[in-house]
Amino acid sequence: MSRPMVRILVDRFFGALIAVSVMLAAVPVLVLLLFVVIKGLPGLLTPGFFTDPPFPQGVPGGGVFNAIIGTLVIVGIGSLLAVPIGSLIGIFLSEYGRNQLGDAVRFISDVLTGLPSIAFGIFGYTVVVLTTHHFSAISASIALAVLMLPVILRATESALVLVPQSLREAGLALGAPRWRVTLEIVVPAALGGIVTGGLLAMARAAGETAPLLFTAFGNDIVQTNPFQPMGALALTVFRNALVPYTNLQDQAWAAALLLVMLVATTNILARVYVRRIQR
Amino acid sequence: MSQGTAGRVAPKLVATSRQRPLISGDRLFRAIAYGAAALIMLIAAVFIVALFIPALPAITKFGLGFFVSRTWDPVRVQFGALPAIYGTLVTSAIALLIAFPVGMGAALFLAEDARLRLLRGPLSFAIELLAGIPSVVIGLWAFFILTPLMRDNVDPFLKQTLGFLPFFQGSASGYGFLTAGVVLAIMVLPIMIALSRDVIRAVPLALREASLALGATDAETIWSVVLPYARVGITGAVLLSLGRALGETIAVTMVIGNRPEISASLFSNGYTLPSVIANEFTEAVGNVYLGALFYLGLVLVVITIVVNVLARLLVWRFTGSEPTAA
Repeated sequence: MSRPMVRILVDRFFGALIAVSVMLAAVPVLVLLLFVVIKGLPGLLTPGFFTDPPFPQGVPGGGVFNAIIGTLVIVGIGSLLAVPIGSLIGIFLSEYGRNQLGDAVRFISDVLTGLPSIAFGIFGYTVVVLTTHHFSAISASIALAVLMLPVILRATESALVLVPQSLREAGLALGAPRWRVTLEIVVPAALGGIVTGGLLAMARAAGETAPLLFTAFGNDIVQTNPFQPMGALALTVFRNALVPYTNLQDQAWAAALLLVMLVATTNILARVYVRRIQR
Repeated sequence: MSQGTAGRVAPKLVATSRQRPLISGDRLFRAIAYGAAALIMLIAAVFIVALFIPALPAITKFGLGFFVSRTWDPVRVQFGALPAIYGTLVTSAIALLIAFPVGMGAALFLAEDARLRLLRGPLSFAIELLAGIPSVVIGLWAFFILTPLMRDNVDPFLKQTLGFLPFFQGSASGYGFLTAGVVLAIMVLPIMIALSRDVIRAVPLALREASLALGATDAETIWSVVLPYARVGITGAVLLSLGRALGETIAVTMVIGNRPEISASLFSNGYTLPSVIANEFTEAVGNVYLGALFYLGLVLVVITIVVNVLARLLVWRFTGSEPTAA
């Protein structure tokens, strides 16, 4: 075989290899989603899944009402803490953060992003559970809020930085003080990015399990008091999977499907919102 | 005269107070923004303390010997981190060995390959979707679907073909280092792909054109121009993926078998730093036992911080901007 021929063959082979690896990367996603939908859908359609609390082990039936409420309460309170603080830090970074303090904040935020999620659980455990002497939803919310902070503040900063400098100058030239320019001109112009950051952070928080193990702990009783232990969908998936009762395992699949749907909806909402704003 | 002075002074006073009121909106807003920045520094400081405090009973009892002890015996209250560190390193290594070639190929496809341009959007979407799937859901899938598959098909096959190696000997239960490594590979693929894709895209077009103009094929251009140029950034991408693999908790806990063992066989049950904590937290009694778990947590955090900071420096140097996915 001539040398050019070999080179062309090698080129083709390389191209094929690349195509195969892309398939290898995409297949797990599809298989995974397929299984979650197929195995989760029957459980999701079972009457009582959304409205009943879990029944004792071995008793057929029961639902995940406790976990749905728990996830909403825990992530809701977490977002109430993280979104305002996170976007304020983002404003600081973009408007006042071109200095060493800003760099330090960015560094801390990067370090927090890279921490394993279980570390946030330990944080919530030490700071809230050890001081109040019992597990609670609020300790989970605080742990998740810290986990959400870096996502929100980075999204806010990059959205604000993209706002043209001329808009700020125009506002200042009209005699508006800087804080009004920031809050009434710059922030609204960047709202798309900020909202997206918040939604993505919420989606991530809703799917976390490890931080909840030492904080919310789980609760089979429907609990709305944030100072008490509380269930969550992710905890239901984790605990029910490891139990030798098929009806509970089916519930784990259904809760997993519900969780995936929740996370996917939040993600898609974020994307749609960005597109609408950008238009 | 006096009236004239008063007349001249009064407007000046008004003017001064209008320019510099006691608390101006600007100052207040600035204070709030700086306060928020101070808050995250405070959180970071509290975080460090919070990781130390619950680990203290174990730190004072075992000291640095914790890192070299193979014992994990709750009954005699003797604990060592070696099995968990070993398991963490082995599973992460398997994950990178699988995810690196696949991820690089996929990243090259997304960044370079022009033939199937139409496929790029859906593929990028699928990979981002994978990044968004909660780890407990991946764990559930791995626990019920992947483990039996590994036990009945993959492990026996490896034993038959590569059984002469110590890594593929012994009985296979489906739960162990290898399965955990495969799960981690699936979980780090999205970051690996997204980061490498960005790094490869940042390679100047002129370099590629020069190489193609000299008569090199696409493959030769990628192999001897693009990849060498992107090497530093790709190393960063791999390190960030490693950081993710080291700390992954729930999915690994569900498939690794949870036994403090150090074994050359990848079929063997094992433990990783985070899976010990997640698995034994509810049953841990006594300060020393709990402390040992949190000591493991501290070790894990230190390792991941080192890996992440290193990775960010590399990616940052290369693309001149922050890593987009993390």
